[in-house]
Amino acid sequence: MNIHEYQAKAVLANYGVTVPKGKVADTPAQAEVIAEEFGTPVVVKAQIHAGGRGKGGGVKLAKTPTEARKYARQIIGMNLVTHQTGHEGKRVKRVLVEQAGKIKTEFYLGVVVDRAASQIVMMASTEGGVAIEIVAARSPELILKEWVDPALGLMPYQARKLAFGLGIPKELTGKAVRLMLGLYKAFMDTDCSLAEINPLVLTEDGDLVALDAKMDFENNGLFRHQDIQALRDFDEEDPTETEASKYDLSYIRLDGNIGCLVNGAGLAMTTMDMIKICGGQPANFLDVGGGASTEQVTHAFRLIMSDPKVKAILVNIFGGIMRCDVIAEGVVAAAKALGLSVPLVVRLEGTNVERGKEILAESNLDIISAVDMEDGAKKVVAAARKAK
Amino acid sequence: MSIYVNKDSRVIVQGITGTTGAFHTRQMLEYGTKIVGGVTPGKAGTKVEGVPVYSSVIDAVRATGANVSVIYVPPAFAADAICEAFDAGLDLVVCITEGIPILDMVKVKRFMQGKKTRLVGPNCPGVITPGECKVGIMPGNIHRPGTIGIVSKSGTLTYEAVHQVTGVGLGQSTCVGIGGDPINGTNFIDVLSAFEADPKTEAVIMIGEIGGTAEEEAAAYVKANMKKPVVGYVAGLTAPKGKRMGHAGAIISGGKGTAAEKIAAFKAAGIAVAESPADMGKTLARVLGAKVN
Repeated sequence: MNIHEYQAKAVLANYGVTVPKGKVADTPAQAEVIAEEFGTPVVVKAQIHAGGRGKGGGVKLAKTPTEARKYARQIIGMNLVTHQTGHEGKRVKRVLVEQAGKIKTEFYLGVVVDRAASQIVMMASTEGGVAIEIVAARSPELILKEWVDPALGLMPYQARKLAFGLGIPKELTGKAVRLMLGLYKAFMDTDCSLAEINPLVLTEDGDLVALDAKMDFENNGLFRHQDIQALRDFDEEDPTETEASKYDLSYIRLDGNIGCLVNGAGLAMTTMDMIKICGGQPANFLDVGGGASTEQVTHAFRLIMSDPKVKAILVNIFGGIMRCDVIAEGVVAAAKALGLSVPLVVRLEGTNVERGKEILAESNLDIISAVDMEDGAKKVVAAARKAK
Repeated sequence: MSIYVNKDSRVIVQGITGTTGAFHTRQMLEYGTKIVGGVTPGKAGTKVEGVPVYSSVIDAVRATGANVSVIYVPPAFAADAICEAFDAGLDLVVCITEGIPILDMVKVKRFMQGKKTRLVGPNCPGVITPGECKVGIMPGNIHRPGTIGIVSKSGTLTYEAVHQVTGVGLGQSTCVGIGGDPINGTNFIDVLSAFEADPKTEAVIMIGEIGGTAEEEAAAYVKANMKKPVVGYVAGLTAPKGKRMGHAGAIISGGKGTAAEKIAAFKAAGIAVAESPADMGKTLARVLGAKVN
């Protein structure tokens, strides 16, 4: 789960990270009032869940309160397109208005889980303000890393190593160490998958300030953080994906026209690949999980059919614990309840497959049955072409 | 022979009194697995499917001589359950649980250091040596005893591979689901080296998916260390970047972890890649045929 910059800064501030003085404005008038209160110049920043906002025109420096109002008017309601939003962009609902300071140097500081090492790693770089992936590709030697023993936590000597490596002035070493320890603690306390300060700036008046902040939280850890869950912004999510998560279905919208309903994440990805190999394009990823009920299958069908792009549906089930007869009943119930407006291809294999096939045949629904995954993919691609 | 589990494995079930634990205990017993005990704190003295329940792993081990544990404990308590099983000195711990917080697994990995116990999973279908022992949630009936080792990050995709192996007239020595989480106990290389050393295994099917670099590391291992033929498949060619595809670990982040990169690494290592998921069985047959000729 992602949160907005202003929310991440509020979380980090609680852990002793210095952030610029700032307030959120939902309207241009509010932005002007905040600018008057803080004194100008101020920065007006679009709040969406995506990076690259400055390049897209979502970040402006205002020299007067009137200018703050003008920029807020331009930004609130705009459709901000960045390299992370996709072509369609994201609608900006609010801006963060922050006091602007004089920047001397920009750094990068971030914490992530290193999968290969099975450890938390803190990364720091002198290449502040640049996406870390770009630095990693261009000049990996400029990224300093400290792996953390989870039993000890980030040690002060490790933070000092990073601070020295960045060339932070020695009178600020203590402050940098406290900031790094705070960032690490915030990461661990809130079950983050990413906590990033980019840029971390050294100001002209000798302070270390988090100019931008990003926190992503690991979904599996969310259950123990009611406070973080409350920061979720549903407007930033695909409504179908949000709906799917309510029923414990894993759904991701794609660009194609063939709806897929599969059990298991690996098989679901593979089914998408198979459709592509057979000349079609999947409209979604949908994993109904290992033990889906008739109800869940019905919800899954409804979600797939709510996508107007879908011209045909492929159900691919390898029943293990999930029995084929249960799936067949779910498919029939859903098709009858929702009305089958597009061709439906079903491939069933595994436990109770014969009974499952009988249920589909007895339903008198117009279901195209497939003998294996490849056969199913070919048939659904052909059906989608015909339906166009 | 086989790897990790066989007819002599003595298995306990952690979380045996839960719905999932009880259901799969019955399934495993029906398959012929020697389930010798179960563990649920506070439920000592009761029975599930005729299997005695203990309040701790160490009590269960002392009473039954178990050497394997399988965990069906909810995600919030699973890390604790894994550590308890390690502490009891078992040979193998298979964790089925999906949804364990990753920071819990970081701590578990630290706890595992220097201990002899092997963890398979979490978020996996388990381990099966067909005809001998099933530890997990896979449908036993699709498996046939044979000479092909299968290692995979995915559950149902493994069943698909098993089905195809059976379809070309072969069976499996052991199938190991290493799970779809970003941090797991046993990785591809661990299983590949075990298959290489297992006299019964003649060839291996390795099934990867997007996310991380485990496939690339496995490919390097195969090139340097394996004499037995390896067939590979990678799921997620059509997966979009930055989206988690069901499994917690299946995500292309920062442009890294794509299926294309992994397939290229497989090919560079001499692994026979099934380009289509429908061709895993056929590719295996081709590779074994070539070897015989």
